[in-house]
Amino acid sequence: MLQNGVDLSVDLCGIRLRNPLILASGILGTSAALMERVGRGGAGAVTSKSCSPLPRAGHPNPTVIKWGPGFLNAVGLANPGVEAQVEILRETRRRLVDVGVAVIGSIFAETVEGFARVAETLSAAEPDLIEVNISCPNVAHELGAPFSSAPESAAAVTRAVKAATDIPIIVKLSPNVTDIAAIARAVEEAGADAIAAINTVSGMVIDIEAARPVLSNLEGGLSGPAIKPIAVRCVYQCYQAVSIPIVGIGGVSSGADAIEMIMAGARAVGVGSAVFWGGVEALGRIAQEMADFMSAHGYRCVSDMVGLAHRPSSWQPSSIEVGVATGRCI
Amino acid sequence: MNYVNNWRPDLPRAARIIQIGVENERTRTFVLDLHLAARPGQFVMVWLPGVEERPLSLIAGDPVSFTVARVGPFTTALHQLRVGDRVWVRGPYGNGFDVRGQHLLCVGGGYGVAPMLFVARQAIAASRRVTAVIGARTAAELLFTDRFAALGCAVITTTDDGSAGARGLVTDGVRRVLEQGLPDEVYACGPRPMLEAILRLCQAEGLPCQLSWENKMRCAMGICGTCEQNGWLVCREGPVQRWVPIPP
Repeated sequence: MLQNGVDLSVDLCGIRLRNPLILASGILGTSAALMERVGRGGAGAVTSKSCSPLPRAGHPNPTVIKWGPGFLNAVGLANPGVEAQVEILRETRRRLVDVGVAVIGSIFAETVEGFARVAETLSAAEPDLIEVNISCPNVAHELGAPFSSAPESAAAVTRAVKAATDIPIIVKLSPNVTDIAAIARAVEEAGADAIAAINTVSGMVIDIEAARPVLSNLEGGLSGPAIKPIAVRCVYQCYQAVSIPIVGIGGVSSGADAIEMIMAGARAVGVGSAVFWGGVEALGRIAQEMADFMSAHGYRCVSDMVGLAHRPSSWQPSSIEVGVATGRCI
Repeated sequence: MNYVNNWRPDLPRAARIIQIGVENERTRTFVLDLHLAARPGQFVMVWLPGVEERPLSLIAGDPVSFTVARVGPFTTALHQLRVGDRVWVRGPYGNGFDVRGQHLLCVGGGYGVAPMLFVARQAIAASRRVTAVIGARTAAELLFTDRFAALGCAVITTTDDGSAGARGLVTDGVRRVLEQGLPDEVYACGPRPMLEAILRLCQAEGLPCQLSWENKMRCAMGICGTCEQNGWLVCREGPVQRWVPIPP
């Protein structure tokens, strides 16, 4: 997609995205009609809500509250099950094919074998990419610690899903670990085509009048601008640890935020909570803001900026202004 | 007031119940010591700690008032509360109704009549003429007929069993009103089949209408997608949908 003379398109695991902005899973991904609106609103790709082998009702309300510059949620992975999700994804692809928006199907399961089964079933819908959600922080009571908690379990899921599908997979990591880079390395070695970082940050809000946590699940996952510095740090650390592409997610709500995530090392950028402020057109607006910044600073394409923040301290950004970028655009 | 306190309105706020009105055997109206700048048709999320959180349509925002029928665990818990007890409220959410035209037809089916009272009060205050058509299954379940009348509305009632007003559906009452002359705009809240029938009637007559839809909700802020209806977010882009005839 050419805007202001700059090329916003990126290659993610062999899939061409018209821009790097991806609707993050769990936000508005419940129906084909909604994902179509976000796609037509300017997204490069949309991700459906994570689905499991069987339908899940999720937790009772309160499941989502707004806390200052962010949201705390524990929806509990409510979804209609993978069989129904296949139909939703097929319909989403049909509605978005003429717009050129990629469709990502997100999956999760309670066991390694379950992940493989869901991946295999979901592949029938032929999504462009599959997101493997091993990092939901809100179902620990039912499912135990997320698979993203340790390198071994994260790698085991990755291997099982890779063996079950030919569609490229993005493994979504959790920030609620001591060393996210170690998990990223394990997932890369196990065959992941890309990683996504981060899922929500585990948190809690207590109402002091009620003297109890607000969410029915007690704890929840914090998203939105409140977590952006955590996400940028995690993407930065993952970029140093792996060579597969990274989808940077967490608190991005402007073109400047997206550029920051890309300079930390992300090739594509997930956007979720920002739809609260920007509606279904939020991703299109962020893409336009990115193009404005790139045009003003002499960046020709997104790959000119991926990982730029990792340059040695002796390097001066003024060299970019005379067009000395990284070379080829991919 | 500091920065952190400025965030508070986004979170559930504790409010005390200052009045409980008994509408019928299983329906009560709760009035809180909370004042919100709310529009008719907007709703709040009401949280009972340890029980659940649910969307409830407002019948007034100043003070916050809602009418609830006892139908399940949440509403049963709400009915057990007394004056002085507390509930937690966030909102108001949703777009609400727009008072338009000189003669409004307000249609309430079952508990859908609650937000209609809010619309009628605002319209009468703005010197508009209001006709209310109220339907229920039985005479005992008819709500607010006297309150609409006290506001100065023309009131027509229907019941499924004929125990009060005309026997039949609320849409039969609407048809009779439309035969006598068209209002400028129709407002309705009630069960889905009723809203669909009202929409068909208005489309046939070329009458603009504002319909308030209901769906399961989680965030109420337009991000989770739970209340989605054909790609439309009931919680944020609704719950009121306005239909206008296409000019010839």
